[in-house]
Amino acid sequence: MMAKLLKNREILLVVAIMVLLAVIALRFPGFVAPANLARVYNDTSILIILALGQMAVILTRCIDLSMAANLALCGMVAAMLNTAFPGLPIPLVIVAVMVLGGLLGMVNGTLVWKLDIPPIVVTLGTLTIYRGLIFLLTDGKWINAHEMSDAFKALPRQDLAGLPVLSWLSLVMIALMFVVMGRTPLGRAFYAVGGNPHAAIYTGIDVGRTRFFAYCLSGALAGLSGYLWVSRYAVAYVDIAAGFELDIIAACVIGGISIAGGIGSVAGAVLGALFLGVIKNALPVINISPFAQMAISGTVIIIAVAVNARAERRKGRVILKKAEAV
Amino acid sequence: MAHAQLSPRTIPDRLQGRSARLLKSWEALLVVVATAIFLGNSLASPYFLDPWNLSDATFNFTEKAMIAFAMALVIISGEIDLSVASIIALASTAMGYAVQLGLDTPALVAIGLGVGLVCGAVNGLLITGLGLPSIVVTIGTMSLFRGLSFIVLGDQAFTGYPESFAWFGQGYVWWVFSFEFTLFVLLAVIYGVLLHKTNFGRAVYAIGNNQTAALFSGVRVARVKFALFLMTGLMAGLASICLTSRLGSTRPSIALGWELEVVTMVVLGGVNILGGSGTIPGVVLAALIMGMVTFGFGLLNVPGIVMSIFIGLLLISVIALPILWQRARRRLSQ
Repeated sequence: MMAKLLKNREILLVVAIMVLLAVIALRFPGFVAPANLARVYNDTSILIILALGQMAVILTRCIDLSMAANLALCGMVAAMLNTAFPGLPIPLVIVAVMVLGGLLGMVNGTLVWKLDIPPIVVTLGTLTIYRGLIFLLTDGKWINAHEMSDAFKALPRQDLAGLPVLSWLSLVMIALMFVVMGRTPLGRAFYAVGGNPHAAIYTGIDVGRTRFFAYCLSGALAGLSGYLWVSRYAVAYVDIAAGFELDIIAACVIGGISIAGGIGSVAGAVLGALFLGVIKNALPVINISPFAQMAISGTVIIIAVAVNARAERRKGRVILKKAEAV
Repeated sequence: MAHAQLSPRTIPDRLQGRSARLLKSWEALLVVVATAIFLGNSLASPYFLDPWNLSDATFNFTEKAMIAFAMALVIISGEIDLSVASIIALASTAMGYAVQLGLDTPALVAIGLGVGLVCGAVNGLLITGLGLPSIVVTIGTMSLFRGLSFIVLGDQAFTGYPESFAWFGQGYVWWVFSFEFTLFVLLAVIYGVLLHKTNFGRAVYAIGNNQTAALFSGVRVARVKFALFLMTGLMAGLASICLTSRLGSTRPSIALGWELEVVTMVVLGGVNILGGSGTIPGVVLAALIMGMVTFGFGLLNVPGIVMSIFIGLLLISVIALPILWQRARRRLSQ
């Protein structure tokens, strides 16, 4: 019974998050008050949206290290659009940056699809290029809160039935991704391509094209997050979200999404992000320096990948058992 | 590497002669590029050819190249180590801490190398002992090692290194040849011999081409891989000593993003990112090219972040161009 429960990563994660919350609640009961939990969720919303995009990419046996740079570039463009045309309706700005993000993702996807360059090399390269482009666009200047219009900054904060729009947006994205992954040919293709690329070809799935779409998806979500990030923190500069790509991958790995592709779920990605979000928000409460967060997420990544690998190994191929046991 | 190879491998029906192969090799192309950049630089700036300026220019790549040699072996074996820059930060932080305790240069060097070895061992144990994918493990340790140095330092910095410690990053062995450059040449020879002339080197290639076949032919796969990660850690420790000595201070953000430049250097040197092929002379040439390009950009007052765009473009195009070239040739021959 226990072993069966432990095999289910999502349940394991829910338990882990509950235990974490319980430990914090012992000393600081205020942390688990509904209002504060909602605040923690809201604070994690952007990470959740990004983790959903990264999940699609990782499922197809690829990786997107350029997400945070894409986010920063799109966020900067959103802020520049807003300062240049303050009258432009915010939904239009959001659509514009999602398209831009999708295009940047398309660059990654094309290089992976058409030129067959390893995904890690492509996105390591575009990561520096996208961030460099922000510098070329702005000459290193910041766009500060007073230069942005009020509507631009207000949208994610706006209260809608008790939750801020930011939280609602992430909930909508989770629902959308749930449908895409489970109920559309594209979503199933992500799993098929990652699970066994050769078998996927024989079932008529174009492996490269599927990967291309995964990158477009992650790019568009990074673009959306770019606007959300800049409007939430009300500042845009070259280095926003620097290093955040690691948090996104960490969220996915913690959520049980196998880096070897084909294994993972929307719920896993969301829970992985929430796990990190709870830790990040709890650190100042339990009086641990925020500088410790990096080391903690590193440790959590390693533990999570070790746990996942053990769960995956059980159903490994029998033919090469001896070879894999080394 | 999580990347499927779907196209069948073609076996050449006629092997080329040694000299023809040498002329058509990636290394030959690198020599041409390096010469062109060297000539371009010396035409663009009258100060470029000054021996002392050239000597200064070597500091741009020596530390990264030390790691790149070890990284080349890791990548040829089909793995990757993204934690090297974080090992530099942790080793540097440990040395800075030791200075506060009043330790002197020999102890600092031992600590720098020791921390590198321990970090490498942690990577190696996780990857070979538990059989985890190196890319995720080293993304994790990348965060962990630098995270530890953030915990120790926060927004502070360690300074006050002893004067004798400065020699590693600022000293000269003979005339314009700095300690770092001499070390670079020495390591190039050592790694060249190790990869191309020893059983260990052959084992590295064998693992990169077909790990299972290597195992069945008696190569101790896990042990070789562990040694490779240990070596990369040691090289990162060594680079940390040189860099810390050159800068004279330690911040937790030291060598941030270097893993990218090291991987770029290795890939530019003609090492296949999927493993199985690559040479040390190629990596040496790539190091020289990257060093000269950054130095040339420096002379032209190009800001650092623009250089990083260039390095990103370089990384993608050095892999994309041969692929496009091969395709064009195949189309022509049909």
